[in-house]
Amino acid sequence: MNMFLLAPFMPLQGSEYAKSVDLLYEFIFWLGVVFFIGIVGSMAYFVFKYKRVGEPRNIPQFSHNFALEVTWSVIPLIIVIVIFFWGFDSYMSNRIAPNDSLEIKVYAKKWQWEFEYPDGTRTLGEFHVPKDKPVKLIMSSDDVIHSFFLPTMRQKMDVLPGRYTTLWFQPTVEGKHQVFCTEYCGDGHSEMMAELTVDSQDKYKEWIENGGLDKDTPLDQLGARLYKSRNCNTCHSIDGTRIQGPTFKGIWGRTERITGGTTVVVDENYVRESVMDPNAKVVEGYERGVMPTYKGLLKDREVNAIIEYMKTLK
Amino acid sequence: MSTKYVDSVSSVESTAHSENYINAKKGLMSWIVTLDHKRIGVMYLGSILFAFMLGGLMALLVRLELIAPGRTIMGPKTYNQVFTLHGAIMVFLFIIPSIPAALGNFMLPILLGAKDVAFPRLNLASYYIYVVGAIFCVASLLMGAADTGWTFYTPYSTTTGTSVVSMTLGAFILGFSSIFTGLNFIATIHKLRAPGMTWGKMPLFCWGMYATSVIQVIATPVLGITLLLLIMEKVLGVGIFDAKLGGDPVLYQHFFWFYSHPAVYIMILPGMAIISEIIPVFSHKTIFGYRAIALSSVAIAIIGFLVWGHHMFTSGQSELAGMIFSFLTFLVAIPSGIKVFNWVATMYKGSISLNTPMLYALAFLFLFTIGGLTGLFLGTLSVDVHLHDTYFVVAHFHYVMMGGTVIAFFGGLHYWWPKITGRMYSESLAKIACALTFIGFNVTFLTQFVLGSRGMPRRYYNYVDQFQPLHAFSTVGSWILGLGFLLMAFYLLASLKTGKKASDNPWGGVTFEWQTPSPPPEHNFNYVPVATHGPYEYKS
Ligand code: HEC
Ligand SMILES: [Cu+2]
Repeated sequence: MNMFLLAPFMPLQGSEYAKSVDLLYEFIFWLGVVFFIGIVGSMAYFVFKYKRVGEPRNIPQFSHNFALEVTWSVIPLIIVIVIFFWGFDSYMSNRIAPNDSLEIKVYAKKWQWEFEYPDGTRTLGEFHVPKDKPVKLIMSSDDVIHSFFLPTMRQKMDVLPGRYTTLWFQPTVEGKHQVFCTEYCGDGHSEMMAELTVDSQDKYKEWIENGGLDKDTPLDQLGARLYKSRNCNTCHSIDGTRIQGPTFKGIWGRTERITGGTTVVVDENYVRESVMDPNAKVVEGYERGVMPTYKGLLKDREVNAIIEYMKTLK
Repeated sequence: MSTKYVDSVSSVESTAHSENYINAKKGLMSWIVTLDHKRIGVMYLGSILFAFMLGGLMALLVRLELIAPGRTIMGPKTYNQVFTLHGAIMVFLFIIPSIPAALGNFMLPILLGAKDVAFPRLNLASYYIYVVGAIFCVASLLMGAADTGWTFYTPYSTTTGTSVVSMTLGAFILGFSSIFTGLNFIATIHKLRAPGMTWGKMPLFCWGMYATSVIQVIATPVLGITLLLLIMEKVLGVGIFDAKLGGDPVLYQHFFWFYSHPAVYIMILPGMAIISEIIPVFSHKTIFGYRAIALSSVAIAIIGFLVWGHHMFTSGQSELAGMIFSFLTFLVAIPSGIKVFNWVATMYKGSISLNTPMLYALAFLFLFTIGGLTGLFLGTLSVDVHLHDTYFVVAHFHYVMMGGTVIAFFGGLHYWWPKITGRMYSESLAKIACALTFIGFNVTFLTQFVLGSRGMPRRYYNYVDQFQPLHAFSTVGSWILGLGFLLMAFYLLASLKTGKKASDNPWGGVTFEWQTPSPPPEHNFNYVPVATHGPYEYKS
């Protein structure tokens, strides 16, 4: 059923559009193979056939052939015009989002993705959409240029400060899909990922009614996931190395020196405060203002989950 | 048919080998203030090879870091600085000046039958401007090297704390060096061709240099202005590109690519120009389609100015702009294709000898064809949206820039080495090094097409685990590549001491440089050269 032979080269086909892009990719690929064999094949054959032995003698010296040259100019010209139109056509087919699209606002900043749903639900580093429904993302950036890349949907769009850009897709495959940032944006660029979950329509309904909250996963496992999806891992390691912030290894119960001279023991309230109001107590030796606030972005259950996760990091 | 291309080779030949441009004057000063295009070319050659070594070292570090996800040898900040330096050094300090300013400086006047370039003092000035620009770039290394990528995209570049100003100032200064070389070549080609050398009898290398120079002179000022604006915004806070100051970040991209896409042709046209010299000589055959090759260089130079927007299909530019840029991009593919067909056709029924320069030319055809054909994916709107800013793009431009220009540069270096130094290098070691480079290159970069198609973004310090095997494979390739270049450095240096003396015409070429001694005398010829035949008229 799948006509696409180059599947190992491409990510999963997450939408009908992805299939159509892959078809074009495949067309150009095989066309390229034919030209490559033609060019390099004749080159290799000539090297083999006309290899020099002794002094060159009786070498025919012809300098051009008008008919041949016109042929090899016009045929490629026709071919590239075909590719151009095909590419333009498939590009345009996916530029204007249908009117009934689910509209999600996307805010990019160093180095995280935030999502806002029409009902006000906000999530960070992950978002859910229903299967088979068109989804339109309206994106803007708080700082530098980022780029929202959904490989499985074959979609990508730069996210700019002071301007909106949009992108839409209609997912057909349930499950998790990776989002990358593809416009270089500094130290955390390669950690600036997000996770798209495509749910069945029912599951999506349940998820959005819960305000985007995961109610089933055990707390410590949820915490481990949030550690990655909320990008704590950009600045906090779990193996003891110092990145931009203190490591989480052995954090629970640790006594911290706070800038200004006091000390504090890491407990539930301290973690909660650190996450909601990071500048209230700044750990000695680290810069104020690097750690972003998660106020309004982490729900109670999620903060609890992170706390439970920290307890496991001995 | 047996008359020589140069018919005035006279009896002075016997004394020719004793005096040449190397031993004509002695002492360090005689080099530092020389106005001889050959000596300036040699100084350029030394400088750019040093830059190549530096840039190459950075590349090896980048690949080593990427052998596994997470931290391997350096942190994210250092990694970002290293890949920025790799790109900036390779583009501004190595590739752009490589063929024109080093080999071109040396060979162009000789190929034209001239005594020197039109403005020898300007030529020397361009070299010292290059040195000053290079110092700014390398000095930025010590002051907290820029971490922006060689493209310096705003507003990242105007807000980062690293030494972007020193780096961009360096690139700005280097631009003048490039403009001076271009001006000089244009004047030289117009005014100093030997008697009898009509435009139609000019070697194709000179045509390539001509087209390159025109782009250098027209496009480089735009880069200069852009970088100045960037420095103004960063230092004085004038709002030009930063949205927070009321500027437009995408405007920067338009400015930048308006130079940097033509710059791609500043880089590749000279490579093509060298290939057009090597293939006829080693096939002992007239170039096929002289006119088509010469004019396609000019066509590339012109259309090349109108395709910059294909770097910006996902930047939010309008659909109409995307459509126009995509279409023009496909058009510019045609002249390059024509050249490739012509080169292959030149070999047909020739007498092909596989000396090292020819091996490089064949490697060029192989690699450049892949580079060109993969460009079709990226010119195609919807496919580019997926591939843009992934490793597919990284692989594509390395196939064109390194597989194309750099391989052609080394082909040219091996081709003209006997003329420049008067010595032959070890042919067998040279072949081994060429093979290592070719294999290493493909191992490194062919993999990256797959990585990119599967969605691996570029400029990533860390990556998801699924990409690891391909990354590791690519890193191993970079070591093979490094080994090839190390070997090359070894036998080229050795040849200076122990190499056999080169004859005047080791390859059987018929252009002017092969009619004069190796190395050439101070004024290039011991007689007045006259072009009586075309540059590729071989005895049957
Ligand atoms: C952009 C980098 C960054 C990100 C992202 C980040 N932090 Fe931090 N964090 C810091 C820095 C820097 C400090 C130390 C300065 C301070 O105390 O404010 C810190 C401190 C902390 C502390 C106090 C640590 C201690 O040893 O006392 C906690 C707890 C914490 N962060 C939790 C989190 C959690 C949970 C997340 C993810 C939801 C997170 N951080 C995301 C940079 C970051
Ligand atoms: Cu980004």
